[in-house]
Amino acid sequence: MAEPLLRVENLVRRFGGIIATDNVSLDVAGGELHAIIGPNGAGKTTLISQLTGHLAPHAGSVLLGGLDITYLPAYRRCALGLARSFQITSLLLDFTAADNVALAAQAHAGHSFRFFANARKERGLRDAAHAALDRVGLAHRADVVVSRLSHGERRELELAVALASKPKLLLLDEPMAGLGATESQRMVKLLQELRKEVSIVLVEHDMEAVFALADRISVLVYGRVIASGDPAAIRQNEDVKRAYLGDQHVVTRHG
Amino acid sequence: MKAFTVSKAVTALMLAGLVLLPLYSHLSGNIFILTLFTRIVILALAAASLNLIMGYGGMTSFGHAAYLGIGGYAVGMLAQEGVGSGWIQFPVALAASAIYALVIGALSLRTRGVYFIMITLAFAQMAYYVASGLARYGGDDGLTVYKRSDFSGLVNLSNRTQFYYLCLACLFGVLLLIWRIVNSRFGLVVQGLRSNEQRMQAIGFPAKRYQLVCFVISGTMCGLAGALLANNTDFVSPAVMYWTRSGDLMVMVILGGMGTLFGPVMGAVVFLLLEEFLSQVTEYWALILGPLLLLIVLFGRGGIMGLIGRAGRG
Repeated sequence: MAEPLLRVENLVRRFGGIIATDNVSLDVAGGELHAIIGPNGAGKTTLISQLTGHLAPHAGSVLLGGLDITYLPAYRRCALGLARSFQITSLLLDFTAADNVALAAQAHAGHSFRFFANARKERGLRDAAHAALDRVGLAHRADVVVSRLSHGERRELELAVALASKPKLLLLDEPMAGLGATESQRMVKLLQELRKEVSIVLVEHDMEAVFALADRISVLVYGRVIASGDPAAIRQNEDVKRAYLGDQHVVTRHG
Repeated sequence: MKAFTVSKAVTALMLAGLVLLPLYSHLSGNIFILTLFTRIVILALAAASLNLIMGYGGMTSFGHAAYLGIGGYAVGMLAQEGVGSGWIQFPVALAASAIYALVIGALSLRTRGVYFIMITLAFAQMAYYVASGLARYGGDDGLTVYKRSDFSGLVNLSNRTQFYYLCLACLFGVLLLIWRIVNSRFGLVVQGLRSNEQRMQAIGFPAKRYQLVCFVISGTMCGLAGALLANNTDFVSPAVMYWTRSGDLMVMVILGGMGTLFGPVMGAVVFLLLEEFLSQVTEYWALILGPLLLLIVLFGRGGIMGLIGRAGRG
């Protein structure tokens, strides 16, 4: 088998006595959309934070394209082709949508110790920004200050920012969080398009979206991967049903 | 953005006033006003440099007056040692400020928020006490600069008008530089870091590196103000580095409008004019100035520039 794009090996992270990430191993192949699901408190965000470099693991390793990135700072990982969106929207609120995306493009266009030329007039950066905005359907809002964008638009902008860095792997931390039904559908459609271009790790609560999108699903419970496989296999898996989907199905059936 | 606005008109008026001031001084024979405004222009330069890190960069330095002292002492000490050439004094003043900023910045930028404010304050106070201990250079009493920097006949710093225009040229040069910087790639990164550091790291920017360079640029600019100030007063003492001086600079920036290009200049003009004229009226001038500043800061978010801007929009 070819080298996986992302390989997580025996990752461990503790918070005091609690083991939030318990010996997690995970492979994401190139071109794959790999979803990570699990009930609240399963350690999904802790895991993602270790992948992005915001949290250091206590043991184990993270490899991107065969390169050990376990202890690299966030900005170096980004340069290697790892982009992320935040669970709680994190953008430059006092900048325009186009500025937000152009900065992401700028981060990957050499160093930024350029002091004199007007960066907002750099064709390359602006074109890249508009292309990414267009990709997520926000082109018409390019010059609006982010603090005036709706929540749904900000979620889409998060994606555009991540895309502008031309990543190999996109880590999406609950992109549907807080979205309404129609907005969620638009996001699913958008992700369906994006997955053709880039490998994605998706952490998501919205089961419908996960099963519609994922090639493979890993189920995290109490920091441990209890099952990993394609959506059909996960649906059949008894452990998963008991630990997680069981409740969900009961709820949806009665709801 | 070419529209006529009140704030643009006021800014243009202020700048024109600064350019034409020596003319008024000559015609009216009022020499004092030229001296006063030379000081205002120099401190406006210092405030503008502080605005670069505080307003645009979100790095609230409470030790900016240290550079006034470092720039000033560079001129004073060299003059004392017989090096009178401005071609040497000024580059040394700038280099010394840059090195100080590099060291202080590298240490201070490990912290954020209140801790950053406190640590920059602490370093400036250290500089103050070091200067007080320089027995050879006057110690507590300060150092008289008997001869102003000599620029081999290009400009004569002892000529009031020439010196004023030199200071004004420096101010305009620094403003031009800041304007270019804040719109450049570098400037956008620094402002992005002010807005959301976590986001900037996530899209691939090493935060500290950019902030440190910005800190050094700002410190170097303020060192220039220090070198000019020593020439203006023919004297430099530890008092220019005292923390209240750093506070004055912060007040000028906030009063005029943080993160606006001309705000600090406006702030310096208003603050120093108020200080000057209120202190002629009463000994307790600070009692009037204080509440006045409070009002402007409370009700004029964005300082004077913000107030004018809103008045312009109606």
